[in-house]
Amino acid sequence: MLCKRIIPCLDIKDGRTVKGINFESIRDAGDPVELAKLYSEQGADELVFLDITATVEKRKTLVELVKRIAANINIPFTVGGGISAVENVEELLQNGADKVSVNTAAFKNPQLVQDLSNAFGSQCVVLAIDTKKEADGNWYVYLSGGRTKTDTLTIDWARQAVALGAGEILLTSMNNDGTKAGFALDITGQLANSLPVPVIASGGAGTMQHFKDVFEQANADAALAASIFHYKEIGIPDLKKYLQPFVTIRR
Amino acid sequence: MIAIIKYNAGNVQSVQYALQRLGVQSVVTDDAAVITSADKVVFPGVGHAAPAMQYLKERQLDKLIVSLQQPVLGICLGLQLMCTHSEEGDTACLGIFDEQVRRFNPEPVQGGNTVFKVPQIGWNTIYDYASVLFSNLPNPAYVYAVHSYYAALGSDTAATTNYIQPYSAALQKNNFYAVQFHPEKSGAAGETILKNFISIK
Repeated sequence: MLCKRIIPCLDIKDGRTVKGINFESIRDAGDPVELAKLYSEQGADELVFLDITATVEKRKTLVELVKRIAANINIPFTVGGGISAVENVEELLQNGADKVSVNTAAFKNPQLVQDLSNAFGSQCVVLAIDTKKEADGNWYVYLSGGRTKTDTLTIDWARQAVALGAGEILLTSMNNDGTKAGFALDITGQLANSLPVPVIASGGAGTMQHFKDVFEQANADAALAASIFHYKEIGIPDLKKYLQPFVTIRR
Repeated sequence: MIAIIKYNAGNVQSVQYALQRLGVQSVVTDDAAVITSADKVVFPGVGHAAPAMQYLKERQLDKLIVSLQQPVLGICLGLQLMCTHSEEGDTACLGIFDEQVRRFNPEPVQGGNTVFKVPQIGWNTIYDYASVLFSNLPNPAYVYAVHSYYAALGSDTAATTNYIQPYSAALQKNNFYAVQFHPEKSGAAGETILKNFISIK
């Protein structure tokens, strides 16, 4: 059986990990490679690096970082943040990234998804969607890190992107993100149960039970979290041990 | 020295890094003389079967690969290209393994835990080992795979994975070895498999 995946996410700015991190066992908590290595040794199934560097100029550090990650890490990793052109992606993949995630640029120019899929295969194109449930009960697509609302339903954009060649959906619920009250089971389930590609649930993880719920009740293929891992509120080995009786997990 | 065959189906860098972590020097090359004289050859690949085969043919790498005498390890698309034929682009392949490569049929998505999506992306188990590649490996072992096409079980099957149905996770015939998953991305299990390949005399 294919395993459900646990994916820690690292936010990167100017080549360094941001968000407070308090690991005593690593020398330099700001070095994404050291943290990535630690997660990988602890049993993370995959890693996501999200570059939040503001300027294009400083993004060049990202390629150098990807090289270092690829040289040191023996599990798959995805790189995202501000990717808007086939050339950016080629450079990242050639230097050892396994997948890239695209978000706002793909929504504004859906052809990007098709171009990336044609050039590199859909297996390396992850479509990230930031979504929010509005008062009308529907989930809408938000852009630019959640700052810009659109009138497009999340399920519609996800379907379109998959038809264009997206190989995976990384779905972040803005209603749940940061609450530690659990993943958005309804929209995650809606996507996971109707799309022919894997869905990664993101936003809201606070307890181990939340992971069990999103796998069992929403059929998510993978679950992503950041702060609960960074702040050691949940250890990856403990989480995987907890999940083992319920879902197929890599040991 | 290990030669990694350079062609238009990437992900070469990750393989080279993985060998480097094991302390093994490798060279990425399409030079026939270098490939022929290497101790071992790795034939990696991510991409589409048809353009990859065409590229190999244009450079006569197809004839070179089948004639190699040293241990050869195909990875992912490499395994598929070492079979007889692939449904992907209705492509005639190298014919080292007498197997047909077919596309996974996605099962209708429905509630419950038995939903199959295509491509298969993620960690699955390998079992029923029949090759030195899998020495010192737990049975089953977890490995990382990303693919939409697979080689069925056959006389050259060297390990099995079950996704929708059991298929060849690995093949071996004489000096030709191939794995459908990515050992270079499969954590400690992948490192053991690469070490085993490096250690073949």
